[in-house]
Amino acid sequence: MKRLINQTPGKTLKLFLALLPFALLIVLYMASSDARLEVNPNDKLLPSFSQIGDGIDRMAFEPSKRTGEYLFWQDTASSLTRLGMGVLIAAAIGLFIGIVTGALPLFSAWLSPLLTVVSLIPPLAVLPILFIVFGLGELSKVVLIAIGITPFIARDIQRRTQEIPAEQLVKAQTLGANTSQILLRVVLPQILPKLIDAVRLSLGAGWLFLIAAEAVAATDGLGYRIFLVRRYMAMDVILPYVAWITVLAFFIDQALRWLNEKAFPWHQTGEKS
Amino acid sequence: MTSEKPMLQVKNVWKRYDETVVLERLNADVMEGEFVTLVGTSGCGKSTFLNMLLGTVQPSKGEILLDGNPIPAEPGPDRGIVFQQYSVFPHMTVLENLIAASAFAKPGWSGRLFGQSKAKARQQALEMLEQVGLGAAANKYPHELSGGMKQRLAIAQALLGRPRILLLDEPFGALDPGIRSDMHALVLSLWREYKLTVFMVTHDLKEGFYLGTRLWVFDKLRHDPQAPGNYGAAITYDLAVGQMDKDLYQQIDEELRPMPEVSVA
Repeated sequence: MKRLINQTPGKTLKLFLALLPFALLIVLYMASSDARLEVNPNDKLLPSFSQIGDGIDRMAFEPSKRTGEYLFWQDTASSLTRLGMGVLIAAAIGLFIGIVTGALPLFSAWLSPLLTVVSLIPPLAVLPILFIVFGLGELSKVVLIAIGITPFIARDIQRRTQEIPAEQLVKAQTLGANTSQILLRVVLPQILPKLIDAVRLSLGAGWLFLIAAEAVAATDGLGYRIFLVRRYMAMDVILPYVAWITVLAFFIDQALRWLNEKAFPWHQTGEKS
Repeated sequence: MTSEKPMLQVKNVWKRYDETVVLERLNADVMEGEFVTLVGTSGCGKSTFLNMLLGTVQPSKGEILLDGNPIPAEPGPDRGIVFQQYSVFPHMTVLENLIAASAFAKPGWSGRLFGQSKAKARQQALEMLEQVGLGAAANKYPHELSGGMKQRLAIAQALLGRPRILLLDEPFGALDPGIRSDMHALVLSLWREYKLTVFMVTHDLKEGFYLGTRLWVFDKLRHDPQAPGNYGAAITYDLAVGQMDKDLYQQIDEELRPMPEVSVA
């Protein structure tokens, strides 16, 4: 028999193995849910799938009795707007700081130590300050996300910039390029796919800061809703919301990966040329 | 080649890193149009010397004069370079690599060309591609090229910068022998056509003999076994290639061979 490190699953087996844990979890949930509901039909902790379906129906396809809005979609739109703006701001600032500190030693000398210290500040500890300074509106939530992930993106981009072979920068200089030409034509285009990678990695943290900010002060949003209905132990709403956030995160990640492959065909295979 | 004064003067150049002397007492004059090959064992400082010409490394002592003036302390368009690898821009196609070379030669902040100047650069690039034998690969990315084609592109790109001096840092070290001889022919023809002064680092002595008009051998003249860093390498042979006899070739070949490892008891 082959060693375990040399055993690889075939195509069918691989798919089966990939789906197996999900199937097991669903079966386990259904069994536990049934068992609890048998004992107490009013149990709220593990609702049955039909109860969850009712919950989804109520939130997504019936207008709210109080405001007349479809809460689920409104929450989704609000949350995605905040996340998108926060990440976009973080990506723009991080890209700029990263390239400047990665390529220009004179700027790195004073920006890098500052960046290192700032990145150590726990963003959630700053949240009260943001509420005081920016108020309880949209701005403070967006700023929290931006503050939370900008240092990570900036440092990642700084490292990626430093990884560009020095030969390329020297070559550009021997062709007569000045600093801005080198930054715009040699460094920036090679860093853009790395930026998308960095954004993909920081989206997890972005969701964390989004939900934290919404939990503390908001009037809508996916995180707000989860924390609101927690008071009524409304697991039939919380569970689909959590699943929906997971699905959104998955598709955003896949979309960015797809964008990277389509927009930068020379990347991955070509970066070592 | 007609000018009387040397184009490049190396005057008592030393290079020291902390306690380690890499190069010592380098003196040489090079006339315009010469093709100098630099050979030596690895770590002998021949690449360090090339980097001094390039401007990325500065001498610790002494000076290198280009047309009587100290050589600039940073790379510039008068000195073109081809490295062994990473010499081309991986995110541009072959054609874009060459058009970018033309764009970099012009002032401006964007490094891009527009309208007529772009059309002209494109035409020039296509002609250059034909000349180096890359006409069919114009729209490929560097990672789709073989090692030899990549180096052809790197050379073409360097030449578009219209350098007076072309520096080659082991440009064919990673190539197969058959492809290497094609590249030799290409370099020689371009050297003649563009009237370049060439410095080429190689660790292949045969390549040094076959190409070029002048051969420099870098080696240590003095050895201190207790402190190997005390003495650096110098130019031990400065030969006009072509006037060389076979015995001398043998002798240099012997000297450049790495010393047999002495096992420590």
